[in-house]
Amino acid sequence: MDTTAPESSAAPAATRLAMYRELLRIRLIEEEIVARYREQEMRCPTHICIGQEAPPVGVSAHLQQSDAVFSAHRSHGHYIAKGGDVNAMIAELYGRATGCAAGKGGSQHLVDLDAGFMGSAPILASTISVGVGMAWAMKRRKEDRLCVIYFGDGATEEGAFHEAMNYAGVEKLPVIFVCENNLYSVHTPLEVRQPPRAIHELASAHGMLGLHGDGNDVDEVWQLAKTAVERARAGSGPSLIELDTYRLKEHVGPNEDGNLGYRDPKEIDAWAEKCPVAGFEARLLESGDLTDAMIADVRGDISAEVDAAFAFAKASAFPAAEELSTFIYPSGAGAGA
Amino acid sequence: MTERLLTYAEALREAQAECLAADPDVYLLGLGVPGPTGIFGSTKGLVEEFGADRVLDMPASEGGMTGVALGAAVSGLRPILIHMRVDFAVLSMETLINQAAKWHYMYGGKMRAPLTVRLIIGRGWGQGPQHSQSLQSLFAHIPGLKVVMPATAQDAKGMLVSAVYDDAPVLIFEHRWLYGLTGHVPEGLSRTPLDGAKVLRPGKDVTLAGFSYMALESMRAADLLADVGIEAEVIDMRTLTPIDHETVCASVEKTGRLVVSDTSHVEFGAAAEVVAAVVENGFSALKKPPIRIGLPPIPSPTTPALADLYYPRAVDIARAALRACESDRQIDDTPPVTPWRDVPDPTFTGPY
Repeated sequence: MDTTAPESSAAPAATRLAMYRELLRIRLIEEEIVARYREQEMRCPTHICIGQEAPPVGVSAHLQQSDAVFSAHRSHGHYIAKGGDVNAMIAELYGRATGCAAGKGGSQHLVDLDAGFMGSAPILASTISVGVGMAWAMKRRKEDRLCVIYFGDGATEEGAFHEAMNYAGVEKLPVIFVCENNLYSVHTPLEVRQPPRAIHELASAHGMLGLHGDGNDVDEVWQLAKTAVERARAGSGPSLIELDTYRLKEHVGPNEDGNLGYRDPKEIDAWAEKCPVAGFEARLLESGDLTDAMIADVRGDISAEVDAAFAFAKASAFPAAEELSTFIYPSGAGAGA
Repeated sequence: MTERLLTYAEALREAQAECLAADPDVYLLGLGVPGPTGIFGSTKGLVEEFGADRVLDMPASEGGMTGVALGAAVSGLRPILIHMRVDFAVLSMETLINQAAKWHYMYGGKMRAPLTVRLIIGRGWGQGPQHSQSLQSLFAHIPGLKVVMPATAQDAKGMLVSAVYDDAPVLIFEHRWLYGLTGHVPEGLSRTPLDGAKVLRPGKDVTLAGFSYMALESMRAADLLADVGIEAEVIDMRTLTPIDHETVCASVEKTGRLVVSDTSHVEFGAAAEVVAAVVENGFSALKKPPIRIGLPPIPSPTTPALADLYYPRAVDIARAALRACESDRQIDDTPPVTPWRDVPDPTFTGPY
């Protein structure tokens, strides 16, 4: 099947400005988490997505609120770009009762059903088949919705990934598999884990469209996602989009990790040069669609939002003791005897 | 007699280094095993010492790679497969339960699977529902698997060496909060038999039997009880298969009272197996009903506000022992040394 990007017509200017704002928003929220993590009040494993902001922004630009998104451990960008409640996300990191999972999940288990962010989990590939199940239910019920599932390169080594891809292919489900290939599973490089073939080439094995592009270029992500979304909405079946990108912080936590030696510092620097936010900002400035004054406005708005979210989280109460034993089993109507 | 002090992590590392040096059929396998952080230090530097064909990284394919390790094991190699968190090993349940556990039996003794699986369990810093489970009882239910839980640095080394040289699949559950603890560890390939418990502290009033980290908490509880004049005998259970009922029954014969602690959920857990063993084999010695200490039937919460309520501690074991002894003495709770009790000591600053 075709694995090249389609002929492009760029996103409208208003969409590009909205994507810029969203890229910057994710970046500034993550930077604030990084800055405050050392205070040791966000006491949960936290996977920072700085450097990987473009995939969720370029994909979510095509999504409706009613569309569903699933994610894995590095989920903040996916949650934010889908419209997840930022106050509830930060409160979740702080373990507060007002968190999006009532404090029970932490950074690794974000959820916002109103926004169509259906959940995230750190066991590799674990949400992929669940997302396929939701897409199957959408098709069965003839709903005009689709499901996007984000995962990393490591997840494509799991059996569940291939099983889910196979079923999505055979059932022609309205699902888009988005692989953010950041070259490492924790500290293990891709070339010791996978043979020298591209991840997007796996698509043809499962009877679906494979797409591949620069995951640090939100314009390109937007183009690829447009193709996949149109296919899904038209009932033409699933797509796999592989996006090349890079994690600039350590695997889990707020720090740099050049000192560990598993990544060449030159490689880290080269990817930092390809910053998805700064690169897009420069292009928008050059084209005149964006001005310094507009940047200042956007930054001001986002800073206010971020400050409010952290203030909300820190002012929120911790869950009361009785919350420990709530939600083990459903209660109320339909809960069974 | 050595007076060498090693941490639990160093002891694990030394066991693997010595097995790798002694036997060319031994190899290590796991995501991040040769990596820069080396499985919380327990494999650090081994790839430099023994090479990338002995200390292997792997794809994120826990299920398939467990089968690959099983295939190597039935070919006569001795793999040590390592999971940084037990929750990832759940992806390998089919191979472990249906295959590895049964190949010796169902092929009439013709096949042997000398497979060692290291599974790290733990808690704290918001590891939450999918990164801090204690699943030892699940595996211990399966005949053909050996399930062990070393609690000291010496046993970490000795039981790992024994596991490598055992022709059955052995699952070693290592509690992350034990990794920094030191103990006297002999040099050389000394083995700790995988056959049962060890009395860590003698006493006459009550038996405190604990698995893994809860053996340590039982020792702390014994200190608390000593302050109120109660002499507790502490038993480190060390193995789930077998449950060493002789050692526990011999202790209960003296004390008549039993408190069993486990890192996992109380219900359907290893502590129940200990109680059952005593009830079946030493019922007449019991002066009071045995008491189990462990996790409630609730998934691990992430927020420290709930996690602090979730995990039983030394004071809970000590208070249970007071009840068993029908003592009216009081034991005060120990104040936390960190803002929350979600770290083993103040050197932990998260994440891990």
